[in-house]
Amino acid sequence: MTDLLQPHAIGQDLVRRDGELKVRGTATYAYETPVEHPAYAHPVQATIARGRVTAMDTAAAEALDGVLAVLTPFNAERLADASDAEYAVLQGQDVGFRGQLIGVVVAETSELAREVADGIAVRYDEQPHDAELSADRPDLYAPEQVNAGHETDTAEGDVAAAMAAAEVTLERTYSTAMYHNNPLEPHATTALWEPAGDGFLTLWDSTQGVHPDRAAVCQVFGLDQEQVRVVCPYVGGGFGSKGLPHANVMLTALAARALPGRPVKLALTRQQMFVLAGYRTPTIQRMQLAADSRGRLSAIAIDVVEQTSKVKEFAEQTGVPTRMMYASPSRRSTHRLAALDVPIPSWMRAPGECPGMFGPEVAMDELAEELDIDPIELRVRNEPEVDPETGKPWSSRNLVRCLREGAERFGWSGPRAHRDGDWLVGTGVASSVYPTMRQATSTANLRYEDGRYVAEIGAADLGTGAWTILPQITADALGVDVADVDVRIGDTRYPVASVAGGSSGTNTWGSALVVAAREFRTKFGADPRDGDEASGDVDQAAQDDTHSPYAFGAQFVEARVNADTGEIRVPRLLGVFGVGRVVNPRTARSQLIGGMTMGLSMALHETSAWDPRIGQVANHDLAEYHITVNADVGEIEAHWIDEHDPYVNVMGSKGIGEIGIVGTAAAVVNAVHSATGVRVRDLPVTLDKLLPGLP
Amino acid sequence: MKPFAYARPGDVAEAVRDVVAEPNAVFLAGGTNLVDHLRLGVARPDLVVDVRTLTSREVTDLPDGGLRLGAASTNSQVAADPRVRERWPVLAQALLAGATGQLRNMATTGGNPLQRTRCVYFQDVTTPCNKREPGSGCSAVGGYTRYHAVLGTPAVLPDPAAPESCIATHPSDMAVALAVLDARVQVLGPNGERTIPFTELHRLPGDDPSRDTVLEHGELITAIDLPALPAGTRSAYRKVRDRASYAFALVSVAAVVPPDGELRLALGGVAHKPWRATRAEEVLRGQQLTEDAVRAAIAAELADAQPQPGIDSGNGFKIPLVARTVLATVRGLLPEEQS
Ligand SMILES: Cc1cc2nc3c(=O)[nH]c(=O)nc-3n(C[C@H](O)[C@H](O)[C@H](O)COP(=O)(O)OP(=O)(O)OC[C@H]3O[C@@H](n4cnc5c(N)ncnc54)[C@H](O)[C@@H]3O)c2cc1C
Ligand code: SF4
Repeated sequence: MTDLLQPHAIGQDLVRRDGELKVRGTATYAYETPVEHPAYAHPVQATIARGRVTAMDTAAAEALDGVLAVLTPFNAERLADASDAEYAVLQGQDVGFRGQLIGVVVAETSELAREVADGIAVRYDEQPHDAELSADRPDLYAPEQVNAGHETDTAEGDVAAAMAAAEVTLERTYSTAMYHNNPLEPHATTALWEPAGDGFLTLWDSTQGVHPDRAAVCQVFGLDQEQVRVVCPYVGGGFGSKGLPHANVMLTALAARALPGRPVKLALTRQQMFVLAGYRTPTIQRMQLAADSRGRLSAIAIDVVEQTSKVKEFAEQTGVPTRMMYASPSRRSTHRLAALDVPIPSWMRAPGECPGMFGPEVAMDELAEELDIDPIELRVRNEPEVDPETGKPWSSRNLVRCLREGAERFGWSGPRAHRDGDWLVGTGVASSVYPTMRQATSTANLRYEDGRYVAEIGAADLGTGAWTILPQITADALGVDVADVDVRIGDTRYPVASVAGGSSGTNTWGSALVVAAREFRTKFGADPRDGDEASGDVDQAAQDDTHSPYAFGAQFVEARVNADTGEIRVPRLLGVFGVGRVVNPRTARSQLIGGMTMGLSMALHETSAWDPRIGQVANHDLAEYHITVNADVGEIEAHWIDEHDPYVNVMGSKGIGEIGIVGTAAAVVNAVHSATGVRVRDLPVTLDKLLPGLP
Repeated sequence: MKPFAYARPGDVAEAVRDVVAEPNAVFLAGGTNLVDHLRLGVARPDLVVDVRTLTSREVTDLPDGGLRLGAASTNSQVAADPRVRERWPVLAQALLAGATGQLRNMATTGGNPLQRTRCVYFQDVTTPCNKREPGSGCSAVGGYTRYHAVLGTPAVLPDPAAPESCIATHPSDMAVALAVLDARVQVLGPNGERTIPFTELHRLPGDDPSRDTVLEHGELITAIDLPALPAGTRSAYRKVRDRASYAFALVSVAAVVPPDGELRLALGGVAHKPWRATRAEEVLRGQQLTEDAVRAAIAAELADAQPQPGIDSGNGFKIPLVARTVLATVRGLLPEEQS
């Protein structure tokens, strides 16, 4: 238990410190870094899904005026460490998925690089590929563990016996689609190798963590940390896809190495982002619920089937939230993977929880309907006293308060469905959850400089608000006005910081800043001198292992379905969250409604239309891959309850970047069901799935 | 991007001469479709002839009560024109249902009907496509067909490898309204001027899917004329799409009900061309415009509709969706007591 910081700056609705720069267009992003005499790189990509590159005709390309370098598997230098198959660019001739990198052209202009890269003739030895996920594949396997180090399978009690004995059972299969993160700013890098010495590499890279980015590059190129600098003050969104570097970063560094002293720029096209930057695997979720007539669960089980790439394994932890969400004596969760000739899946906003709260939260709605119990009441009846998975008490769990307050604000009571002219109207609810995490490494440095407190930490602001809220935390830890504090982030010249992922940034970097601030005060008192300096590590901050820390929430949706065409519109979306103490209501609200909007998008619009015949996303641009636009979002509200959690960290914060997307899609499906009577179990919910059930 | 020459001739006659002289030349208007295709390598011209400032930007009255839309008038401008809004609301609604404000400010009357299909394989030069590369085959058959045709396609499922296979749709909203309005296209070509009925501008793939229209190389659209409608005519455009804005039509319906009750109907999102529903119109000729009559008429129109299987269950949903959307649209145009 920790005494939380006395909030002064914390809790204030401060405007973004980087807002003006961004609005004026003067915030520099990786690709726009002003460098002298840049060259431009464009990748060559495989046009088969599996096989071998046997020849590439580059002679004509190399001879062209303005072409500076053409690298292929046949001439590229050998990397120091090629053990990570995603990063081992141009190290071999094998092709493991369509669109994989097989070359790069560097030229004086980006247009020329692209034209030349697209024109290189490639000969392949093509092999049949296998790129279609299904739940009945004979080759499904259990990975050693799933993402974030979770166990692959868990079991307690006897689900089969409980199913056989229960008064009511529900057995359904749900599926979520393939999704691509699609941040507005593409994955982009400017790379410069110093010409002299054993090499010094500077990367201006769009990343969610300059230090993890550097670590990966050092590993691949066999460099010391001191030989590489990564700079990234601003990120135009990442949603997890910039959490780990992808092959494009290694390719740019490799291309720049061929031209020492010349900065080389590479930005992925939107189509390339559908291949090289990770994505959320499609999931198939078989749910089983057993309950008594009052709705008390005796069993809950989820069996997940999803895909990974044969090139590199990524196992989404989809079954994880079912392990802890509701009380039930018998529980089971399993994950099975199909390894396919497909691009490599990776993190996308709330990996695990986001898809993993779709099946369970629709199943709970179906169970409520079956039992004729209000879906909120059903959830309340299954509220666990302690974490069912670990047996630990909750650090704080306010799901019921969120549900009740949300019901009140939304106007939940009364009939859920009615008809309004040509529109069938219904409402739906679902729960949200996200674990509260803190990373093990992060250091902050704090210096007194010209009458100001200047903190440095290699943190990242993805548009989330770190530039703004880290000074708020630091100011309260120092007991000074926030206007007297600067926090500098986004550069490996600053002390090491963890990745902006798992909604852990504020918890981790904030903790390190508070340690540094306290250390500073202990050393120098209230009246420091210019140049006084102290640092702090997150591992010096108080840590509680005796409680189970999670954020919870409840989301409410009003859906309208056109009785003639089946078109679905969502005029109202309301969420209430228990996310600990909110550091800045403005940036927090933006994260929460942003997450909810992305959840709405997942429910109604987004789907990467996978063409298994060629092993490619067919609708790979933003005109065809639909993301919810302004016209789709009506009233959207995010509220939070006043939550005091002394166990999570000294700020009392739980992390808010991801919980907003968790549960939304289920709430939408539940609302559409209440409007139409049609239960859609496969995302997205589109009009073609409703038409057969309309009047 | 492949390098190309750019020309801005002095007048339309010179523009036509320039294009005729270079077999691999194209006209450029607002550029909202062509420039994308230059970037993607879908269009690879040697010469781009900019006609945006050469053709007329004006919208002018015609002596017979019709309206002439200069080829360079923008989609925003035409949609906002009070005469269009009042007398041809189906066109204003269709324009406003298309693209976004920014795109409509650039897109032109001449360019919009000539925009090319949104078939995802057409736009991806790494996949076979008969329209982009004649004879290479059709990747869409059995693939991602959600936005593809159900009308005007062969009665049996096309062979993906056959050089004539193409199941693409024409994506324009404006064109569906122009088809129902019996607009006339004014064209200047190497052999002088000619007028093409709008419903005959676009073609079915036939044995050459690479050709979207009957225009010959070097033929320039100079204007599109809207014939007058009888006083008291009602018209509407209904576009059905998953996303509320900034999405192409899954299906769309343009309907005109003149005072004599002779329904005129065109469909979008269903065929290689804006689909004038002549069969339905014929079935209804001389009949009272009741819901049952419309239902029977649209059933006749859809009798030969051919669903395309494919990813995510294909596009068979379009057939009932068209019928429902036509009914809803016509219902909205009938006087109260009839509906
Ligand atoms: C993301 C996106 C979404 C869109 N959504 C929609 C939508 O929902 N509905 C819709 O209808 N449209 C939509 N559009 C398409 C848009 O309406 C067209 O791109 C636009 O109308 C084309 O007009 P333009 O003047 O820019 O044509 P350009 O791009 O300049 O030209 C298009 C073609 O016409 C030819 N051409 C142009 N002018 C003439 C002329 N006078 N004579 C002969 N040939 C000529 C050109 O050579 C070229 O082949 C969308 C476009 C984009 C990019
Ligand atoms: S449908 Fe037409 S445009 Fe699409 S791939 Fe086939 S031939 Fe090309």
